[in-house]
Amino acid sequence: MTPHFLTRSLDRSASIFILVVAGLGVLIPLSNLLLPAGSMFQVPTYLVALFGKYACYAILALSIDLIWGYCGILSLGHGAFFALGGYAMGMYLMRQIGSRGVYGNPILPDFMVFLNYPSLPWYWYGFDMFWFAALMVLVAPGLLAFCFGWLAFRSRVTGVYLSIITQAMTYALLLAFFRNDFGFGGNNGLTDFKDILGFNVQADGTRAVLFLLSCLALIVTFLICRAVVTSKLGKVLIAIRDAESRTRFLGYRVESYKLFVFTLSACMAGVAGALYVPQVGIINPGEFAPGNSIEAVIWVAVGGRGTLVGAALGAVVVNYAKTVFTSGPLAPYWLFMLGALFILVTLLLPKGIIGTFNAWQASRKETQLANAESADLEDGVGQPKPAE
Amino acid sequence: MSANFLDRIRAVLLAILLTAAFAMPALAAPFEDAVAKFANDDFSDTDEAIGAVATSGNPLAFPIISALQEGRLSADAESKKVFVTDTDGKIIDAATGAAIDKLPDGATAVRLNNRLRRTVEAALGGLTLASPDPAKRIAAAQSVFKSHEESALPVIDGALAKETNKAAKAAFTEARAAILLYKPDATEQEKLEAVAVVKAKGDQEAMALLTGLGSEVPPNVARAATSAIAAIQSNLAMWSMVQNAWYGLSLGSVLLLAAIGLAITFGVMGVINMAHGEMVMIGAYVTFVVQEVIRTRYPGLFDYSLLIAVPLAFIVAGALGVLIERGIIRFLYGRPLETLLATWGLSLVLQQAVRTMFGPTNREVGNPSWMSGAFELGQITITYNRLWILCFTLAVFAILLAMLRYTALGLEMRAVTQNRRMAASMGIATSRVDALTFGLGSGIAGIAGVALSQIDNVSPNLGQSYIIDSFMVVVFGGVGNLWGTLVGAFTLGIANKFLEPVAGAVLGKIAILVLIILFIQKRPRGLFALKGRAVEA
Repeated sequence: MTPHFLTRSLDRSASIFILVVAGLGVLIPLSNLLLPAGSMFQVPTYLVALFGKYACYAILALSIDLIWGYCGILSLGHGAFFALGGYAMGMYLMRQIGSRGVYGNPILPDFMVFLNYPSLPWYWYGFDMFWFAALMVLVAPGLLAFCFGWLAFRSRVTGVYLSIITQAMTYALLLAFFRNDFGFGGNNGLTDFKDILGFNVQADGTRAVLFLLSCLALIVTFLICRAVVTSKLGKVLIAIRDAESRTRFLGYRVESYKLFVFTLSACMAGVAGALYVPQVGIINPGEFAPGNSIEAVIWVAVGGRGTLVGAALGAVVVNYAKTVFTSGPLAPYWLFMLGALFILVTLLLPKGIIGTFNAWQASRKETQLANAESADLEDGVGQPKPAE
Repeated sequence: MSANFLDRIRAVLLAILLTAAFAMPALAAPFEDAVAKFANDDFSDTDEAIGAVATSGNPLAFPIISALQEGRLSADAESKKVFVTDTDGKIIDAATGAAIDKLPDGATAVRLNNRLRRTVEAALGGLTLASPDPAKRIAAAQSVFKSHEESALPVIDGALAKETNKAAKAAFTEARAAILLYKPDATEQEKLEAVAVVKAKGDQEAMALLTGLGSEVPPNVARAATSAIAAIQSNLAMWSMVQNAWYGLSLGSVLLLAAIGLAITFGVMGVINMAHGEMVMIGAYVTFVVQEVIRTRYPGLFDYSLLIAVPLAFIVAGALGVLIERGIIRFLYGRPLETLLATWGLSLVLQQAVRTMFGPTNREVGNPSWMSGAFELGQITITYNRLWILCFTLAVFAILLAMLRYTALGLEMRAVTQNRRMAASMGIATSRVDALTFGLGSGIAGIAGVALSQIDNVSPNLGQSYIIDSFMVVVFGGVGNLWGTLVGAFTLGIANKFLEPVAGAVLGKIAILVLIILFIQKRPRGLFALKGRAVEA
């Protein structure tokens, strides 16, 4: 009785999620563009960009939930994939500036002129073409994740060890990207973007479209994740999460499954980063900071790991709280609250918002069923069973 | 050209001064007249005054000239009186040495130009070659070694004949060799001997001296110089290895100190404590508070501040550790990933709490006198604070090892690590042992903070900079093995310092991180992995 009910409720929450995201993705840009400024229902442009940022964070959270919630891989370095995707997009946007930069060099971005680069480094070739940059958004994080995962999963680095070396990975990248001679703008990163595919990145229309695209990407990512976790592959992933050795002894090549899902997740994080950069207008090495990656993990934990919808919801809820609290008089207390959130969620709400809600609904339903049965039997022996 | 010319003037002057300093008897009246010339505010008069004072042999000559160099010599143009303000702020009359309460209103500092500054330097050099303090004589001889001015030779010879101090004698001999090497009319034999002396000195300056030797020397000497250069180079390369090794040991000791507490909580208990760095930070702030109290209440105790801070930091951080274990971690045993997240949140809270209490900026923590300064060992300089930290780290390590080995708590801790359920069946209160173990690990982190406050900035972010490195050390060395942590810390420290000159500081660090990531692929459980059943626990 219960499994059938659970799958149905998940289906329902999934379709609600898609409807809500699609609705917001259409309504918010429309209200921003069509309604007159100052109207009660008009969404100001800065909010459109802010919501766009949340959508990107939700994609990142989905990518983490896919590996952590369904495969038990806790990556503390997913911010690195996010940032790599962002840098790929940032490089495209830098090349689009062309001769409109401060130094007016048609080929070299400003920071290269400033740092006396004689010519464009080879890894910047091709980034003047959007399709190439878009490809790199997937390839750069995907390749890194593939190499990293290939080494790590094959030698059976699991659990906290994996978490710690993913953190070391993003820390190493942080240090590398801070270097000026690494060729990615050093400390200042990439910024001062002018246009994307010929449209001004600052314009209201572009921002509205970028927001719409972010919502679209969120839906597509969600559908891919759903497809993965509900397939047979997803069942194996869950088996790996719950009993890795047993799954291996049953004859599944655990490392291949893990490698596939890890690489897929990294590509998703890269897409999130690529959509994030034109909306916030800057990418710098700070995105590689280990703290960012851990914060993304807590979004998933707050929403509910292993629920997908919860991950996206957690990302939006936590970041909305962050926006509210860091801008008000409560700003000095934000870190206290974030820290407390980490502690309280792990201690009191291990299933997160959605997981707890689902469990509560399931137990209510079960209680109802049990009550109905006991009423039928008219002797009241049947006690409500605690939900799983 | 002009610099060369000035050098020559300076050299001639130096020679005159030096010869005079040894030859001339002290004359009282000319000294006072000479001193009065400082008050004329005229560069050429000052020049004469310097010459006269430096050659006077008067005990006040040195204080006057050095005061002139440092702008502490002032003169009253009306009364023609000159005053020396010494470094403590006490004032004396330069001509008589009598103490003065305050400078007259008209007194202004005696001005110098660049030409005069050279004269002053040369005069000081001459005065110090004859100084009663051997350290000053050695310094003067070294400056002659660098300048290798031919004109200084008679003075050096004179000084050498009288010298009794061994180190000063060696310095004079080297200075003499340097002069002979560059003296055009020295015999070949003299020059060869000089090369041998300079080669024996064997440092960067000796090499610069030999490489600076032009082509006009006899071929034998040139050959000897070339081989001496090669010998010095290999000598220097060896010393730079020693230096890197020392830096590596020093970094390793810092890493070990930061990681050793983590080795207990992570290694023995399997708990990922992301707030470990914050325990280190709290230890550093305890030191700050102790020093503040001492500064305001008992300034005489400043040298003991660290001795007071060590037990206090242990108690504060340890108590906090026990609280954390009882309040958070014990609910999360068996869920390492959740523990990681909860303790990360805790680290945010602790950082922000310290930031609220002490402010976000760096706080000043001073070195006690016995930890400041440095000494020379061969060609390298060793600072006392690094040396003390190395000793301290090894002492903490030894005490911890002994504690695990010989005390009842250590026995219980090892029992719980190896087999929790069996230990519980034997009557060990495992939850009490857990709390104490966590407290011990945190307390040691607090002690590490006391030591690190001596070499690092004490700010709320102090802990964060160590947390990833500490985890790397523990993972590299192998979990659950203190010896592994020791070897891991020193290996990483030394490897880092040997990579640094080749690849630069940041690239070296990146290389180390990548190497560790690759290393973990090969040995997922670290260098010294636990074997057998303990692995599965």
